Amino acid sequence: MDEVDEHVTVTGESVIVRPVEELYIIRRIIARIMVPLTQLYGLYVIMHGEGGPGGGFQGGVILGSATILYVLVFGVDEAKKRISESLNNLMKSTGVLIYAGIGLLCIIFGGYYLEYYALPLGHPEKASELGILGVEIGIGITVSAVMISIFFDLAERFEK
Amino acid sequence: MITEHFPILLIVVPLTSALSTPLIGTLNKKYCWYTAIFSISLSLFMSLYILNAVMHTGRISYWLGNWEPPYGIEYAIDYLNSYVLVIVTFIALAVTIYSKWSVEKELPEKTVLFYTVYLLLITGLLGITITGDIFNLYVFLEITSLSAYTLVAIGKKRNALVASYNYAILGTISATFILIAIGYLYMVTGTLNMADLSTKLPPLYDSKVVLTALAFFMAGFSIKVALFPLHVWLPDAYTHAPSVVSAILAATSTKVAAYAMIRVMFTVFSPEFIIVRVNITHILSWIAAFAIIVGSVLAIAQVDIKKMLAYSSVAQIGYIMLGIGLSTKLSVTGGILHILNHALMKATLFLVAGAVIYKTGIRNIEEYRGLRREMPLTMLAFTIAALSMIGVPGTVGFVSKWYLLLGALHEGKWVFALVLILSSLLMLVYFWRVIENIYFPKMHVAVAMDGGDKKKELPYTMLVPILILALLCIALGILAFIPLKIVGMISQMLVG
Amino acid sequence: MIEFILGKYNYWIYIILMMIGFYAMIAKNNLVKKIIGMNIFQTAVFLFYISIGDVKGGTAPIVWEGMEKVIYVNPVPHVLILTAIVVAVSTTAVTLAVVIRIYEEFGTIEEDRILEALED
Repeated sequence: MDEVDEHVTVTGESVIVRPVEELYIIRRIIARIMVPLTQLYGLYVIMHGEGGPGGGFQGGVILGSATILYVLVFGVDEAKKRISESLNNLMKSTGVLIYAGIGLLCIIFGGYYLEYYALPLGHPEKASELGILGVEIGIGITVSAVMISIFFDLAERFEK
Repeated sequence: MITEHFPILLIVVPLTSALSTPLIGTLNKKYCWYTAIFSISLSLFMSLYILNAVMHTGRISYWLGNWEPPYGIEYAIDYLNSYVLVIVTFIALAVTIYSKWSVEKELPEKTVLFYTVYLLLITGLLGITITGDIFNLYVFLEITSLSAYTLVAIGKKRNALVASYNYAILGTISATFILIAIGYLYMVTGTLNMADLSTKLPPLYDSKVVLTALAFFMAGFSIKVALFPLHVWLPDAYTHAPSVVSAILAATSTKVAAYAMIRVMFTVFSPEFIIVRVNITHILSWIAAFAIIVGSVLAIAQVDIKKMLAYSSVAQIGYIMLGIGLSTKLSVTGGILHILNHALMKATLFLVAGAVIYKTGIRNIEEYRGLRREMPLTMLAFTIAALSMIGVPGTVGFVSKWYLLLGALHEGKWVFALVLILSSLLMLVYFWRVIENIYFPKMHVAVAMDGGDKKKELPYTMLVPILILALLCIALGILAFIPLKIVGMISQMLVG
Repeated sequence: MIEFILGKYNYWIYIILMMIGFYAMIAKNNLVKKIIGMNIFQTAVFLFYISIGDVKGGTAPIVWEGMEKVIYVNPVPHVLILTAIVVAVSTTAVTLAVVIRIYEEFGTIEEDRILEALED
């Protein structure tokens, strides 16, 4: 149960300040249900990109929008406790480095750039599937990090 | 061997260093500059190796993912490609060495972000040059343009933001026109590979779709190349950007867009189509003549040195387009040689203008009086580059103008020869104003400098690139057979 | 004549939408309206690409196991448009960031007032 603070304001009145967790009950509960489901849906779209509509960019945008929903309901400071700025910067670079890294890995194993058939993962088609999946995951990480970062910058600017 | 993967490594190395720069920058801000120098030097080495290989064995083709074209993306390098690659990487290295102190003074808190976007710009420029797939060209063109909009908007004054916005709107219109043209070509042939398009298009030369595609291509590329009258974004964008950004954009981005235009016009649509059937080169040469005259006249009217150099760029692009428009072997040689020359000369001039702003904050031509005493070597470099732009024999500018003049006179088109001579005189007018102020000031005005030292030159990392570029202006003018060997082969391949 | 208008309705829609967007980019005074026009302009081009990839009687290009002899729609334009959409989103993001900075500097986003403020 959250504590209730009792403050004395400048004019001398006594005011009860409720912490933000007690306000907006409907929004909070629905956000608590929707955010994990949206993230799950985003991961589903990334993973099934090769067999159906979907892929890295679409799934990354959906993942980013889950965090944007969190920011809209709970505020920027709360969201920054979950995903800090430095983690965001790390995610932005990591995604593209995964993409370039898989391509260079194919060169190291003797093929051309992004020639998934050269990867030593058994069956050539299996290697192709896993290679494409790895590339899509990299794209998804970068896109979601960029969406979150853009939203953080805009939201902070107008709160001042 | 690793050397056969150099075409793709030329893209991957700047791209990964662009995205590792934020991570490196959190350790220490100074490491960003070392990262940029390292990756661009590696790119210069790879592009020189590729040039050597192409001179020996002919066309190099690299299949991405080992998928055979036209199903996969192909990187095709021939003489024109490797020539432009070496120019871009060399100028980028010179500007990056120069940028250390200039960026620290002008943008102290945005250094890490500056180098990130700068390396992305270099990636895009190299990608446009090296690709053989026409949709890949559009993607890299947009990467370049987006980086350029961001870099222009970092400038200090408020005008930079409005200039960047105008540049963004016009640049997006041009890129979308190019996208429409690619769609039309894909609709009638079903392929996106440039070499494959050149074999599939000739039976379709009578259809209106191909004609519309050519029209959209010309409109889109003309905005990117800043050909008069679609040049309106260029003066504001180059004037209000930071000095390093003006130098790299003026020296490379319009040239690479001109390369893309040449590639689409001569490789995708064959010379028979554009010269004999549609004769668009005739219209192009007249527009280029107007661009030369208008650019030079407007440059005379400016008092801000960067705006004067920007309008001079508009005129110089006219030279390249005039060379392409006349379409004989001599004039194409002159035009393509002018790509190299203008990159060298304009880079020197913009770097000197940036150096003067770094040391003294002077942007007005009138206040250049007596700078000979304070910065002698820098002013010498400026004078060499200015003489080269005018076309004094013994410098690079003279060689390309000579070829253009020969090409115009051989065809009997004396109007264009007259335009060339007139523009040289106009250039003499506006450069002589600056040189006169530097070397023969009417009244000796004490120039206010920070620290009050009398004869303090620039730091070495800023001075050495300027001097090397100025030295190359003279060296390649005297030893002109070195670039002419490559350019001769290029023009033989294009219109021979 | 009827065949010319009704048979090629996809091209007519794309051209009209493109011209609406283009007009908004040029003629509107507000900077954000210009960006909206740019988005309409680019979306029209995407519609054009996808409409030329349509095959008569074709279905979505997803391979189902065990079913041969199915006519698929051409999937290549879809892939090209995915890339072009990403480019359009990035361009919108960059231009909107520039507009936010312009608003903080000038206090207005009407183009004629900004040009007046610059001349002083």
